[in-house]
Amino acid sequence: MVDILVHLAALLAAAALLLALYRFIKGPTAVDRVIAFDGLTIVTITAILLGALAEGRGIYLDVALVYAVLGFVGILAIARYFFQGGKQQ
Amino acid sequence: MTWVVQALMALGLFFAVMGNLGVFRFPDVYTRLHASSKCGTTSVFSVLLGCMLAEGLSAMTGKIIAISIFFLITTPVAAHIIGRCAWQRNVLPWRKQKPRSEQS
Repeated sequence: MVDILVHLAALLAAAALLLALYRFIKGPTAVDRVIAFDGLTIVTITAILLGALAEGRGIYLDVALVYAVLGFVGILAIARYFFQGGKQQ
Repeated sequence: MTWVVQALMALGLFFAVMGNLGVFRFPDVYTRLHASSKCGTTSVFSVLLGCMLAEGLSAMTGKIIAISIFFLITTPVAAHIIGRCAWQRNVLPWRKQKPRSEQS
């Protein structure tokens, strides 16, 4: 029973990943791609947390925390690159 | 796993799928950003709440609380940064009708 639920959860997470991946590939502007990257990060963190919950391993929580920090730093770096040092172009 | 934990898992996945459906379907940068950031916070937060209920009161609880506080701070900040970036790059908001100057 629980096994079927975990497989169903993985299927839903894969559907969400595909929806964000479409926007990541197809997005008209670069900002769309940044938004899709944010969505991909969030779905990945959700999947990692569901894996931790299904397997009962607490070490995956650390992985999720590090993934969240790296995603946030990535968005900051991309925004810095667009802004050229925080000033208006 | 009790049914409360399963319901919170399902809620988190529901929000993840709906947020990315918004990213997939909406016509504009700002609407996509709206869907992504709201649903992202809610999905991760409900799955973390499910983890907390499944684990009980232990050493994991502090770690989960730290992750959720980090999420509640950083996700709106990231959405704000992306939105300001789009606005300063002159990305126009979507309108159902064309602006009046282009119509005539």
